[in-house]
Amino acid sequence: MSFAARQQQAEAAWQTFEQPNRLRILVGSATCGRAAGSLEVMQAFAEELGKRGLTKAVDMVEVGCLGMCYAEVMVEIRGRDGKRVLYQGVEPRHAAALIEAQLVSGEVYLPLALAVMTGADEAVPTFADLPMIRPQVRIVLRNCGIIDPTNIDHYLGRGGYQGMTHAFAMGPDQVIEEMKASGLRGRGGAGFPTGVKWGFARNSVADQKYVICNADEGDPGAFMDRSVLEGDPHAVLEGLLIAGYAIGASIGYVYCRAEYPLAIERLQTAIAQMRELGFLGDDILGSGFGFEIKIKKGAGAFVCGEETSLMQSIEGKRGMPLSKPPFPAVSGLFGKPTNINNVETLAAVSAIMEKGAAWYAGYGTEKSRGTKTFALAGKITRTGLIEVPMGISLRTIIDDIGGGVLDGKQFKAVQTGGPSGGCIPAQFIDLAVDYERLAEVGSIMGSGGMIVIDEESCMVDMARYFLSFTENESCGKCVPCRMGTQHLLRMLTTITEGRGTLEQLEIMRKIGDAMKNASLCGLGQTAANPVLTTLQYFEDEYRAHIVDKKCPAGACRALIRFDIDPACCTGCGACLRACPVAAISGEKKQPHAIDQELCIQCGSCRQACKFAAVLVD
Amino acid sequence: MTQMSPRSLLEHILANYGRERDNLIPLLQEVQERFHYLSPEAVQAVADHLELSENDVYGVATFYAQFRFVPPGLHHIKVCEGTACHVRGSDRILDAISRSTGLKPGQTSDDGTFSLERVACFGSCALAPVVVVDDKVYGRMTAAKTNKLIEDKK
Repeated sequence: MSFAARQQQAEAAWQTFEQPNRLRILVGSATCGRAAGSLEVMQAFAEELGKRGLTKAVDMVEVGCLGMCYAEVMVEIRGRDGKRVLYQGVEPRHAAALIEAQLVSGEVYLPLALAVMTGADEAVPTFADLPMIRPQVRIVLRNCGIIDPTNIDHYLGRGGYQGMTHAFAMGPDQVIEEMKASGLRGRGGAGFPTGVKWGFARNSVADQKYVICNADEGDPGAFMDRSVLEGDPHAVLEGLLIAGYAIGASIGYVYCRAEYPLAIERLQTAIAQMRELGFLGDDILGSGFGFEIKIKKGAGAFVCGEETSLMQSIEGKRGMPLSKPPFPAVSGLFGKPTNINNVETLAAVSAIMEKGAAWYAGYGTEKSRGTKTFALAGKITRTGLIEVPMGISLRTIIDDIGGGVLDGKQFKAVQTGGPSGGCIPAQFIDLAVDYERLAEVGSIMGSGGMIVIDEESCMVDMARYFLSFTENESCGKCVPCRMGTQHLLRMLTTITEGRGTLEQLEIMRKIGDAMKNASLCGLGQTAANPVLTTLQYFEDEYRAHIVDKKCPAGACRALIRFDIDPACCTGCGACLRACPVAAISGEKKQPHAIDQELCIQCGSCRQACKFAAVLVD
Repeated sequence: MTQMSPRSLLEHILANYGRERDNLIPLLQEVQERFHYLSPEAVQAVADHLELSENDVYGVATFYAQFRFVPPGLHHIKVCEGTACHVRGSDRILDAISRSTGLKPGQTSDDGTFSLERVACFGSCALAPVVVVDDKVYGRMTAAKTNKLIEDKK
């Protein structure tokens, strides 16, 4: 069957799936959804449909993630009138009511309704108008939460693999020009122009070349790549195939973290489907281009996100970085020219090749084109996975999309770029988010983790946290990183314990500077960023720890004590039950008290108290 | 498969892999998946199969956080230490588990019931703080909920 005929068939299948008069239930079942209980919800729906004899009349499908993680478990139901309603916070016990309301009576079940997907409704907002959705532009996430990721017809039916056929029609050199024209830059963090990178690898002459998809999403606090792989694996694999075609590589690797079993499963399914349709193997669609894709599971080393370390790991060695040059484009995997791109970059590649460079370059700012996904988490009301045009303000992301800081607390900073990034203080809330602006304030775009920090988080403790991570993950090959992370962590620990000196602040700046300039790879070169940016913007917090022996945020255990305000305490006993060491005593309806000898400053009482009666000093 | 002796299961696994070095990590992963840890015998067999020294195999295996050299407990508890979990209080969760099981991260209890591990990030940040017990993810944990979870498994 020709590609065009196969695609028509897929389009028909997609149309059937989208047909308004077919009853349908979509359950968001990416890792986040599953963790929130989506499989149990699906089971409950299946049982309820069975009881009513509706099993065959309803299409029930697991889809990926719409990105509204705060509202999991999410279920979209299409009733007889064709109206598609998105429900949030669904639990197994809701299955009967939801089916009764929408599938039987044809009414929206208002208690859980979040939005109608299309059209208008008097009582429920339209999906595209939700404050979390309106500022977003979904290119990389175009199919996530909408298609069945295990059904290649859905991907094909929505324009998938057209990018591949366009590439074959253009020829490799023109594909590289198209990438350059799109302005796409590496979404793994460094932001190197993708087309230029491909050009280097294309110009290397060798009997064998490789392309690698870096899916070793190691930044703690980042889950964009996982969601894309789980929700739309073909978008990434098509991008990898196009990259292989452009540089002349016949083998592609996907290096994926072992911690993402569902992503690996989805990739395996997708690769088998590609092979079945002749999108892998020799002479794909008569183009003369042959390609194979292999999956390699990472084994848990943050440094393997660095390209030369990742290649060492694929070769079966310790994942330690190599000096550059030679660059991977000249001598990479098994000593052959290799091009490596991140998941999000490749998912953008397939979209760009489908719709054109000019379309993509129409989004974003002059030097940062297109869109960027972010994993929005931390102290924010609406956690989730978002995709926004470059140049959007931090304020729009945090206040509009994220719904502001959790529990109405004061916004203090936002951490971007994970352990390689920095903390951007509240004063820059109107900053336009692109590669250049983030670098100007001392942070980086990074892979897209965005952690919101409120007044109750201590910036010295944040720096200590990141350094304990990088100190642990430093491979130890080069001295600046190995010793630098150890010294920084030791000093930060003494400061959070109230034993620090002001002299240490200057020493930390010097060590950070040396690490930046002298480390072998990106891990060491950026590991001091969390310290340097918090020193730059929050030196007063460091001084409070050192001089006043106080933690202003009330987070560093060695420097705080908890007390119960008898005027506010109602004697409800919530703190008493929450205390893990039985340090709280008191009669019912009488003010309680904390035994300071027993207290371990864990803060469980403060979290449990509904009357703000637990004070921290 | 259950009737197979450990030795023949190991040989069965090895037979599916070539002798090239790039098979080392996938091979160790499969061995660990079947046996739940890497025993000295398993490491030696892998080394022999790939014609590497045991030293070399240990060098690689100890580099990566995934590999374990002691058997895990019946219930394997993993506490996420990602950034989102950290700012939402994962250290309290770890404390609570340590207190109720008497374990430090990396340890297995004497009776083999529990083992405890810290993990960098599960990527379920929106559900922070997260605990994984026997590969089931528990989100939005508190110290109290964690204690109950552990009690239920005892």
